[in-house]
Amino acid sequence: MTKPTIPTESTATTQTVVLERTFPHPPEKLWRALTQSRLLAQWLMNNDFEPEANRPFQFRADPLPQWDGIIDCEVLLIDPPHSLSYTWNALGLDSVVLFSLTPVPGGTHLRMEHSGFGPDNPAAYKGATYGWQKFLGNLDRLLAEDTQ
Amino acid sequence: MTDADLLHLLRDCYTPTGPNIVAAVHALTLHAGVSQPAVSKHLTILKRAKLVRHRRDGRETHYRAHPDALTPMVDWLRIYNAFWRDRFDRLDALLERMDP
Repeated sequence: MTKPTIPTESTATTQTVVLERTFPHPPEKLWRALTQSRLLAQWLMNNDFEPEANRPFQFRADPLPQWDGIIDCEVLLIDPPHSLSYTWNALGLDSVVLFSLTPVPGGTHLRMEHSGFGPDNPAAYKGATYGWQKFLGNLDRLLAEDTQ
Repeated sequence: MTDADLLHLLRDCYTPTGPNIVAAVHALTLHAGVSQPAVSKHLTILKRAKLVRHRRDGRETHYRAHPDALTPMVDWLRIYNAFWRDRFDRLDALLERMDP
């Protein structure tokens, strides 16, 4: 089951998108999907990821008129097959993604935490200057990759 | 057509002073100049991102742009929530295809 959570406390300095799901597959298999560049490209985005701490890499979507389609990242933490974290910098927003894998009977519980959307992050406000149309276009672009 | 185009179209159908002026899919299809399945696909994405509201009326569903969607502020949480939900679905499908 997917359980998206959006903390709504106005006092929160950092807001986080949390997504949790249990997959009927062992942690090692899930880990491969998260850390092998070729597999990662099949569900997330094209990339030059390598499972090595402090290593910069990029996710690459098709460029748009107002966006080069590049998400700059750097591996922060890699602990197979338990945790993987990297920075996620795109469109003026600096954020951090953390995957946590927990073995459960019959599968693996995956928790994805994407944080850095809070008002304390000045970049979070940059979005206002880009205009919502462009971001909808980006979202459209990202979701449209589905059909390729 | 992009989602933004469709949202513009919905916005043009909406006047804050009047009653909720809504647009049915077939009307949007007419104005957007693309197929009904294409319009429906875009509406699904917009609904997921909570940028349009919809209301059932008999056999038809009427849509209008969420007023908040017309402000320039970007709601990162909504955008990334929709993005990651979509990607988890793809991950699920990939795991099924992978060797054990």
